[in-house]
Amino acid sequence: MLSTKWLQLAVLAVLIALLPLLFPSGYYYRIGALIFVNALAVTGLVILVGWAGQISLGHAGFAGIGAYACALAPEHLGLHPALAVLLGAGISAALAALIGRPILRLKGYYLGVATLGFGILVTMVLTNERVWTGGPDGMSVAELGLRDLLRDMGVRISGGVFWYWFCGLVLLIGAWFALNLYDSATGRALRALHGSEVAASTIGIDVPKLKLQAFVISAVYASVAGSLLALQNRFITPDVAGFMHSIEMVTMAVLGGVGSVFGAIFGAVILTLLPQVLTVFAEYEQLVLGAVMILVMIFLPRGLLPSIAARLKRKSS
Amino acid sequence: MESLLQFLFSGLTVGAVYALVALGFTIISNASDVVNFAQGEFVMLGGMITVFAHEAGVPLALAAVLAILLTAAVGVALNKLAIEPARGAPVVSVIIITIGASILIRGASQLIFDKQLHRLPSFSGDAPIRIGGATLLPQSLWVIGGALVVFVALWLFFTRTLTGKAVLATANNRLAAQLVGINTRAIMTLSFALSAAIGALAGVLATPITLVSYDVGVALALKGFAAAMLGGMGNPKGALVGGLLLGLFEALTAGYISSQYKEAVAFIVILAVLFAMPQGLFGAKSTERV
Repeated sequence: MLSTKWLQLAVLAVLIALLPLLFPSGYYYRIGALIFVNALAVTGLVILVGWAGQISLGHAGFAGIGAYACALAPEHLGLHPALAVLLGAGISAALAALIGRPILRLKGYYLGVATLGFGILVTMVLTNERVWTGGPDGMSVAELGLRDLLRDMGVRISGGVFWYWFCGLVLLIGAWFALNLYDSATGRALRALHGSEVAASTIGIDVPKLKLQAFVISAVYASVAGSLLALQNRFITPDVAGFMHSIEMVTMAVLGGVGSVFGAIFGAVILTLLPQVLTVFAEYEQLVLGAVMILVMIFLPRGLLPSIAARLKRKSS
Repeated sequence: MESLLQFLFSGLTVGAVYALVALGFTIISNASDVVNFAQGEFVMLGGMITVFAHEAGVPLALAAVLAILLTAAVGVALNKLAIEPARGAPVVSVIIITIGASILIRGASQLIFDKQLHRLPSFSGDAPIRIGGATLLPQSLWVIGGALVVFVALWLFFTRTLTGKAVLATANNRLAAQLVGINTRAIMTLSFALSAAIGALAGVLATPITLVSYDVGVALALKGFAAAMLGGMGNPKGALVGGLLLGLFEALTAGYISSQYKEAVAFIVILAVLFAMPQGLFGAKSTERV
């Protein structure tokens, strides 16, 4: 008997593996990879927002750190891009631990504005330190080099295809880690503090420490997602850390259903595809995006996936 | 000394705009505990509608009144169509709804108006007033005066009128307010209309100095929100002082440290205030109900 965790992971793996059969052109691999990167960042937010019940309107700041680590470290420190991903994740984790301690004492809207402030500060540094980051015009990013390694082994694949599989693999690992966390004692404690912080602390849960853990973990997810984005686009601008990107991430999570990894991935799929579909009506893009956000929150407050699942269940019974 | 005075003047002018946006936040949060991220779009609408009505030949004063009324209607529509149906939703959902509304309003204005920068003529000419070696634009006096008038009016409204007290009662305990016969739905509608009207007024007053385009709302909403937080959410006095302080911090940083990082310092100050006194400068201490 397979546990739900392995079942979920198997479904995800099969979907990732079979999806390319439907791709009419190489361009779709790029979009697929973009979906996986967004889904990875959003999985981190599921842990923070969905399970621990904390808000962040500044997580793109960590994505920015991850992205610029991959752009700057190979150039200035001579570090291999793969190690730069780890360096970015390390810096993000350290920073999250540092600012998380005071920030996470705040609640609701106050926590929102504090995280938002953090995100804006990161964007400002990236925009203003032209000498290092190239300012608002962005900068180019070194090649990861993994594709050359594959070529030496006799496997020749295009960039789009490579990034599709690579990001899909990283997403699987990310989802596996998140699902493991959900079932662990830490995961249960996180969900307990979401229910009631006071109740959680009376049964001996170290609430501040746990919130901080969730914050740090979700920061690492966002940072790695930012790194992957930088490495596959080979170019990066401060927009990756911007306010709108933070909002996009939270919206993806809540739209799909912030309580579950699968819901969040679903949200990432929808919100990554929406602008692609709407490019034909570029003028109406913002109008439609805003309307979708409002309508889903009003009519499907638990998010798309849980609401759809509940409806199906009601029909079958 | 002269440059300090100059920085103070420009800080107070910008700060008065932030204060007006923060006062708008205050009204809605007083009635409903909702923080409306679309508040900045009200300012944008106020400026844009006035500009386009004025260009179409409507006298400036009439165009301003029209803009304020139309924006108030947009505020009421926002409450009726998006906030009221989502009553009881978690904070994250409400944040996404109001951010969605702000994106929607921005998208619509970009279609209805255009993407250009617009300006309005100053209300009382452009001849700068010289004070102690520094100069002050007459329009700055309009902006600062506007913020003060709105503040006094709101303060009287919340402390001296029955309707104002009903707004406070609604925020404090919705059910109890209903029990004593307050029409809480009407109160919510009123708050959104008032808040949008004040935002639009800020847009009308500031456009001759700061110009307006369809996308100025986000930055203003963030600054106004930050100002409201700095002063203490829900308190008109806090909104006014928070807004003016934020404007001054920005102007002084731009003048003495770095104009690139003026907005960064504003957010650093806010983070510091939130850490040291999470309720803001004038916010009431609250204890959590278990």
